[in-house]
Amino acid sequence: MDLSLLIIQALNGVQLGLLLFLVASGLTLVFGILDFVNLAHGSLYMLGAFLCASLTFVFGNFVLAVLVALPLTGVIGFLVERFVARPLYARDHLDHVLGTFGLILVLDTLAHLIWGPAGIAVPLPEWLQGQVALSETLVIPSFRLVIIGAGLSAAAGLFWLVNYTRLGMLIRAGASNRTMVSALGIDIQTLFALVFALGAMLAGLAGMLIAPITEASIGMGNNIIITAFVVIIVGGIGSMKGAFIGALLIGLIDTLGRSFLDDLFKVFMSSDAAETSAPAVSAMLIYIIMALVLSLRPQGLFPPRTR
Amino acid sequence: MTSMTRRGWMTVAVMALLAILPPVFYLTGNPFYLDLATRLSILGIAAVSLNLILGYGGLVSFGHAAFVGLGAYAVGIPAHHWLYGGMDFLATTSGLVQIPLAVAVCALFALVTGAVCLRTKGVYFIMITMAFAQMIYYLIVSIEEYGGDDGLVIDTRSELPFVNLDNPLQLFGFSYVALLVAMGLVRMITRSRFGMVLKGAKGNEERMVTLGFNVYAYRLTAYVISGAMCGFAGALLGNFTTFISPEMMDWSRSGELMFMVILGGAATTLGPILGSIAFIVVEEILSSFTIYWHLPFGLMLMAVVLYARGGLVGLLRGRGEDAE
Amino acid sequence: MSAVLEISGLNKSFGGIKATDDLNLSVETGELHAVIGPNGAGKTTLISQLTGMQKPDSGRIRFKGRDITGMAPYARAHLGIARSFQITSLILEMSVLDNIALALQAREGHSFRFIRPAHSLTHLRSEALALLDRVGLADKAEQPTVALSHGEHRHMEIAIALGAQAELMLLDEPMAGLGIEESAQMVELLRDIKGKHSILLIEHDMDAVFALADRISVLVYGHIIATGTPDEIRGNEAVQHAYLGEE
Repeated sequence: MDLSLLIIQALNGVQLGLLLFLVASGLTLVFGILDFVNLAHGSLYMLGAFLCASLTFVFGNFVLAVLVALPLTGVIGFLVERFVARPLYARDHLDHVLGTFGLILVLDTLAHLIWGPAGIAVPLPEWLQGQVALSETLVIPSFRLVIIGAGLSAAAGLFWLVNYTRLGMLIRAGASNRTMVSALGIDIQTLFALVFALGAMLAGLAGMLIAPITEASIGMGNNIIITAFVVIIVGGIGSMKGAFIGALLIGLIDTLGRSFLDDLFKVFMSSDAAETSAPAVSAMLIYIIMALVLSLRPQGLFPPRTR
Repeated sequence: MTSMTRRGWMTVAVMALLAILPPVFYLTGNPFYLDLATRLSILGIAAVSLNLILGYGGLVSFGHAAFVGLGAYAVGIPAHHWLYGGMDFLATTSGLVQIPLAVAVCALFALVTGAVCLRTKGVYFIMITMAFAQMIYYLIVSIEEYGGDDGLVIDTRSELPFVNLDNPLQLFGFSYVALLVAMGLVRMITRSRFGMVLKGAKGNEERMVTLGFNVYAYRLTAYVISGAMCGFAGALLGNFTTFISPEMMDWSRSGELMFMVILGGAATTLGPILGSIAFIVVEEILSSFTIYWHLPFGLMLMAVVLYARGGLVGLLRGRGEDAE
Repeated sequence: MSAVLEISGLNKSFGGIKATDDLNLSVETGELHAVIGPNGAGKTTLISQLTGMQKPDSGRIRFKGRDITGMAPYARAHLGIARSFQITSLILEMSVLDNIALALQAREGHSFRFIRPAHSLTHLRSEALALLDRVGLADKAEQPTVALSHGEHRHMEIAIALGAQAELMLLDEPMAGLGIEESAQMVELLRDIKGKHSILLIEHDMDAVFALADRISVLVYGHIIATGTPDEIRGNEAVQHAYLGEE
């Protein structure tokens, strides 16, 4: 295990963590404020990736494509809120889950109809294709640094929004006291729709950022959504801080586990045994961590105060 | 109480039709319908097992497909080793070993994960059951010996005394009888004192705890029974399809099982069966028209959630008959 | 007489607010001990700590001499503590009879009994019916609980507490939300029960409390400021000043 590999994998872990945060923050925001469980959140992540892919070909420019695709995913989120989520707010979580499960089938099939069954690779502009050499052995693709930068800026923006703006104040008030917000004469329906659209944009952004690396594909959202669930369960559902720390934790553990668990196992078992058991254990690692956290703290690491 | 209700007669009628029609179709040269009925019976068992905790217990488990998959692999893995060597203690084609193994593995998995899941409530429970199922999914994917992503072909079906599972008619008969037994078991359990506690805890947990019921222990027991029963369904499904893959435990499979229960009518004896029938028939019809059949299917599911509460049983139910 | 319930030095805070403040209280065997106090005095928090739904920050709760401070809620019920809820807490989708039968079933020890249908167990059914008769609801036994009125629900709460055959009954505002006539019925019911069980009654209705209680404790801001017979409490200046004077 050499140091530069460790650093590179740690950066990959942070990158995964930040993407997870973008997805998980929307989930936790929507759940914390609207008390709504959106299984189809992963589909918004997928749609973000596909929209970005198509627009990149239209504009011939990835950055411009992201800038246009972002509000588009927001609009999709807005529509989902209006026609699927809103009629279900008064129902129980089981209905949320079933309704949005149906929505996943619809959105995934629509993506299939529009973009076809194969994945779409997203070309990057040349200035993003290079690599940054931190030392002789330590070379990192510059786009990965862009992802980390974008993820951190989005996180910072979100913290600013929630903690220092009027919208954020309403969001926090809405989370703790719905009737009070209504009593203040604020249109809570609009507030909810905005929150939902914001969550969709965050998930969409994550999809756009990952698309140049993995390509946009159907079902990509259904894999990340469960990991995002693990993140918010570990962090505490409804807590933004929990989502951030949980996402980095899960991102790092997953990435480092996959890279180094076999080395670690070789310390105390034969190398054959290590090589067969390490992939299985690393596949389960984040779920084991989740189970451990839950047995110690059933409400997650940072349970929100008001719940 | 002693005379049969309208719904009781409906249950008998539906189950009688399910027993008679498929063999008739088979013997008149339409084997396809027998296969459909076999699949339906097997998924019916899985739905019945889920109904125990979801319908009667109010525990929204979104990970039930993991039990189906584990049960199937408990048939596939011993058969794989029997053919290709390795792990001699596990290698067998005997159903008398494989099926109890499937049940035991699933009971154990339910016990361990249930012990964690049931410490939590509401939406946490939904997500955690989902996450544990995904854990098993990734675990199977990571084991190359058993085909990983690509799955595993079961070359020999389970060998059982008196029943030859290679014979489609006998496989159907076996699955159908198993379904009847599963329905009877769940009916018996939910009407027993244990069932009253389970239903009571769904209605008002705090009251039940205050009365002196250790709700956690009762729920965990129900969860283990449900998981074990679903593992049995998985073992049958492996024998039916003879090809198993991690895809069987994808979380969309769990979602489908939930829909069968809700669509048919949760917390009723017949509900999960009606739901499975509706689900599989609609799936067959739609998929024969278009490869994009998930689109109308998803829209239908959403419409059911938004507009048709109470499920099919609710629509067909006579007035004045409340949930048992 | 010996104390069935002893509470000593109980404290519980939420954030900066002391809901229970060095609270000392005892219930003697067979007595009806009422706790009164203005809104927000911490009455429900007290009950929650007695049933184990909330953990006190410090202090001891003893039941028949045994320390139950940290005991799980369901285990306390097995020792012989029953509770009625201020906000009616019944299983609404079950029948009235089933609600009562469950309370009786809880008394049998464990319910890991999977085979015989609960409805065929005549000993549970007939005793539940007798209890319903006692609270005047026998004719509604087969109805779904949700169909009954608020007053009837309050009576069901009492029937369930009775069914537990508990040595100690914690009654949390049984009169809450009742009309004058219904309150009078409830007072009669409690008078009938009184003496057969030890009762800790938390109640807002002064007339009911002074009519029923052997002893009264006055709870203000989480602290007991006085304990005594109804006459002593009536004559207590501190109580009049802190509480009765408001009226």
